[in-house]
Amino acid sequence: MKTSNSEVSAQANARGARAKAARPAEANNVFTIDGREIPFEPGQTVMQAALTAGVFVPHLCYHPEFRPHGSCKLCTMKVNGRPTTSCTLPAAPGMEVENNTTEINDKRRLLIQMLLVEGNHFCPSCEKSGNCKLQALGYALGVMSPHFTLFYPVRPVDASHPEMLLDFNRCILCELCIRASAEVDKKNVFALSGRGLKKHLIVNAESGRLADTDFAPTDKAAEVCPVGVILRKRRGFAVPIGKRTYDLKPINEQADRFKPLTPLPKEEF
Amino acid sequence: MPESSLETVAVILGNHGNNGTRLMQILRETQEALGWLSPETITAIAKGVGWPRAKVEGTAGFYSFFHTRPMGRYRVLWSDNITDRMLGNLDLMQTMCQKLWLEPGRVSEDGLVSVDTTSCTGMCDQGPAVLVNYRAITRMTQERVARMAELIQKQVPVAGWPTEWFQVEDNIRRADILLNNTTKPGEALKAALAREGNQESAANARSWREGVNAATRGPSAVLEEIKKSNLRGRGGAGFTTGIKWEACRHAPGDERYVVCNADEGEPGTFKDRVLLTRQADLVFEGMTIAAYAIGARKGYLYLRGEYRYLLERLNEVLARRRDMNLLGTNILGHSGFDFDIEVHLGAGAYVCGEESALIESLEGKRGVPRNRPPYPVTVGFLGKPTVVNNVETLAAAALIAAKGGDWYRDIGTERSAGTKLLSVSGDVARPGIYEYPFGVTIAEVLADAGATDTQAVQISGPSGVCVADNEFGRSIAFEDIPTAGAFMVFDYSRDMFEVARNFAHFFAHESCGFCTPCRVGTTLLKNLMDKIGDGHGTQVEISEIFQVSHVLQMAAHCGLGHTAPHPLLDTLEKFRPAYERRLKYLNFRPAFDLDGALARARQMTGRDDLAAHLGSSE
Amino acid sequence: MTAPIRKLRVATTSLAGCFGCHMSFLDIDERILKLVELVEFDRSPITDIKQCGPCDLGLIEGGVCNAENVHVLREFRKQCKILVALGACAVNGGLPAQRNRLDLRDILEEVYVTEDGLARGSKIPNDPELPLLLDKVRPIHEVVRIDYFLPGCPPPADAIWKFLTDLIAGRTPVLGHGLLHYD
Ligand SMILES: Cc1cc2nc3c(=O)[nH]c(=O)nc-3n(C[C@H](O)[C@H](O)[C@H](O)COP(=O)(O)O)c2cc1C
Ligand code: SF4
Ligand code: SF4
Ligand code: SF4
Ligand code: FES
Repeated sequence: MKTSNSEVSAQANARGARAKAARPAEANNVFTIDGREIPFEPGQTVMQAALTAGVFVPHLCYHPEFRPHGSCKLCTMKVNGRPTTSCTLPAAPGMEVENNTTEINDKRRLLIQMLLVEGNHFCPSCEKSGNCKLQALGYALGVMSPHFTLFYPVRPVDASHPEMLLDFNRCILCELCIRASAEVDKKNVFALSGRGLKKHLIVNAESGRLADTDFAPTDKAAEVCPVGVILRKRRGFAVPIGKRTYDLKPINEQADRFKPLTPLPKEEF
Repeated sequence: MPESSLETVAVILGNHGNNGTRLMQILRETQEALGWLSPETITAIAKGVGWPRAKVEGTAGFYSFFHTRPMGRYRVLWSDNITDRMLGNLDLMQTMCQKLWLEPGRVSEDGLVSVDTTSCTGMCDQGPAVLVNYRAITRMTQERVARMAELIQKQVPVAGWPTEWFQVEDNIRRADILLNNTTKPGEALKAALAREGNQESAANARSWREGVNAATRGPSAVLEEIKKSNLRGRGGAGFTTGIKWEACRHAPGDERYVVCNADEGEPGTFKDRVLLTRQADLVFEGMTIAAYAIGARKGYLYLRGEYRYLLERLNEVLARRRDMNLLGTNILGHSGFDFDIEVHLGAGAYVCGEESALIESLEGKRGVPRNRPPYPVTVGFLGKPTVVNNVETLAAAALIAAKGGDWYRDIGTERSAGTKLLSVSGDVARPGIYEYPFGVTIAEVLADAGATDTQAVQISGPSGVCVADNEFGRSIAFEDIPTAGAFMVFDYSRDMFEVARNFAHFFAHESCGFCTPCRVGTTLLKNLMDKIGDGHGTQVEISEIFQVSHVLQMAAHCGLGHTAPHPLLDTLEKFRPAYERRLKYLNFRPAFDLDGALARARQMTGRDDLAAHLGSSE
Repeated sequence: MTAPIRKLRVATTSLAGCFGCHMSFLDIDERILKLVELVEFDRSPITDIKQCGPCDLGLIEGGVCNAENVHVLREFRKQCKILVALGACAVNGGLPAQRNRLDLRDILEEVYVTEDGLARGSKIPNDPELPLLLDKVRPIHEVVRIDYFLPGCPPPADAIWKFLTDLIAGRTPVLGHGLLHYD
């Protein structure tokens, strides 16, 4: 069988959900996460509703200013017993959602560990340390080690640009820079090439060098990277240890910072 | 970049109207002409289609059959499915490499040739198979290897190689309604056009052709027949075709598309290849009928790159059908019934069989599965409502249009109407295509195919299920074992661990890399299987396999990632001793070869004393 | 029930590390007095015992970069009931592992043969007394089984203290916010 059964039932579920949403009797827009009632606006995803209500949801590829992406899978929850990507799932009345459970967090830990072994993450020498979401989620979920065998991939740094640096060793392929550059900056500086484990970030230049693109430090794409890839030169370690974003409070106590902004840009075809 | 190359690119771009959604075809044709896709070529193409250069490079970099580095004038790819392995492909490949002074995966120093493996090319009933410059060659032998190496060294163009090498057999062993079909081109379509809707369906006919009276009742009448037939998709998911078509028909929008999924990438599956060889008209007719039912004006057949050799033949069939007014405008004199079909060639990516990835690929992008909902029936190709159906589904739909839903529903079992094509390969006397009414048991198929001493059958490919000999009484049907068609047979001489390991490699190679669990997890599984296979496994690795598998099943984005653990979990359940007998140690084993990790330093220092070595255990 | 009276026997060592984790350990300051009531040290830079005897707990600083590291690590694994990866380098190779993207040949040649200021005719040493380098620096969990990980560069003294006291008290060690960090 090429597609898992779950794909079939997902189609069925989606139809069921639409049918339900249309019925006025169930128009009160509330669902539950771990037993807590979460109100939502029609059109919101489960994740957006959760964050709006102050419930933290682990995430890496989600960003309040962008359309959901659904690739990191950190936000996976169980909805009516079925594992689902919460950042892309439209909220529906009456859903019973599990988020902060041992079972789900165990999987999330393994996902973090997969990302840690896939790249080269040496936090002590990383300018993003303390402000890095991958790291912060590792702390919040209690990830003590990479667990798996490290891949130690060889990924050369691009230091060609006078003001900016790309350290691909830490790229988690969340595509936020790609989306920011395409949708906000309208420059398309970044894209992906390769497939599977060989998937990697590329820049929009025949030379393959950032300096030969029209990238600017003022671009939106320069500020969205959740980890330490897109960095300003000569600006590292500006904030002292103890004062950095996730030194102050663990990420799971900062749900407010990730509240969605509306309206989001529309999908383009 | 030479002027002539630029001109070639310009001509190809012109032929495709500088249309970026045609990027896959542009890249393929350019590569066929220039050998590879150089950075300058990519820049030129990007300029031509008006896309960011990086996006074009991203597409080129996604597909196995596109090369952004020179790959040799002769590119030999050995199909590496487990069935090719069982027929000795690795030895043959090694011989070939020796003869050509090559390492697998490397281009020869003179840039003449490269030899490598590729995922199953769909010739499992006539392997070992290779692709040479993306042309299929079957039944490789030592003799053919020797001769091929010679031809390459003498630089004889592939077009001048022995024609019998390129012979692809249909090997039809059992035919039923589909493979025995003798309806003439147009017959099913005429029957469809002649169908009158009943009261109910006429009332239901609120779609694109409202107002075109003659055509309004017809489409919904056809839809009624498809629904009545209980036809379910043959591509794997088994979704009810009538419901899919109806959803698309009713989806808001003024343009709709029909897509035939001929990606057939699942290792061990080759029935769509035979359908497209023997019953291409029926398949195209099915697409045309779907178009009629949903109101589409354009259709695509997405043909896997491995079946490149079928492209010209299929285009001929399409041309003939246009001549017969079975395609084009006002089809068969029905005013307003306009529809045409184009064959779109893939370029080596199993994931593009997933319908939303397929659509991305059709749009010229990387073949990455979309977020769903919305499903393609509402938001598909170019954002328009799109029906994606398997080759076999569409062929069956044509027959239903011709003969009626009731006729069809009476074939097969209560919940699985019709027939199913099985691609039988592996340890059987008569590999090939077997068409059965649903409900046939595994034992019956094995007997018909002349299988003896059967240990296991992998049904529906790596993503399907592995069935052991105590289950051969089970049947092929949606209510028991559903299948997309693969039926790989393993006798008792086979090592089921190696079967699973081969599949683990397949998934790691084919993961699109979009989501974390599959991108990293499939490689972790592959590495764990290799560690066990190489004799360094312990129970630790087995429990790791379970742990990683559960992450994939819980969190992967699409069917590829969800099903990638199946072969491992199935064999661990049913053939656990095949794993256990490889476990030489009870406890932890290092993650890597410690002594091997000192080899470099030994070489540099010229040392070989006792202290210059490490045993692999304490 | 009462807690065990026997002191825990603890061994520590530094493989491819910088002794920073050991320094941090000593940073537990006056608490070390409390600690020595609870534990006694076997092989460790602070005792001068050269061969590790049977221990309850082994703390390993640093990753594995050469054959000698492997031997020491194996000795610790054999002798210690509980083995702990202490600090970033033990956990993921750390700074030394940043050489992993280079070919060992290039590294050795650069260091011993081609670098400025080397004596004429310098060669890569082949003294059997010198431990051979592994082609890559590895975290210790890839060489032996590890029971606990205590990341940080170095882990703060408070984290080490919390970890040890948890362990001694028979609790699964949990580092809260501020104590668990990778840098
Ligand atoms: C990884 C993956 C590969 C697939 N490959 C194919 C394929 O090669 N051919 C196919 O028809 N369906 C394939 N499918 C299933 C399609 O997504 C889709 O369900 C099917 O084309 C629908 O057609 P049907 O309803 O006629 O079965 C694949 C699914 C997945 C997840
Ligand atoms: S990107 Fe984050 S996790 Fe990676 S090295 Fe930097 S701080 Fe550590
Ligand atoms: S560079 Fe940063 S933002 Fe861009 S894909 Fe990588 S991790 Fe995401
Ligand atoms: S499961 Fe695999 S193939 Fe599917 S989207 Fe994720 S990475 Fe791609
Ligand atoms: S946040 Fe949902 S998949 Fe990344």
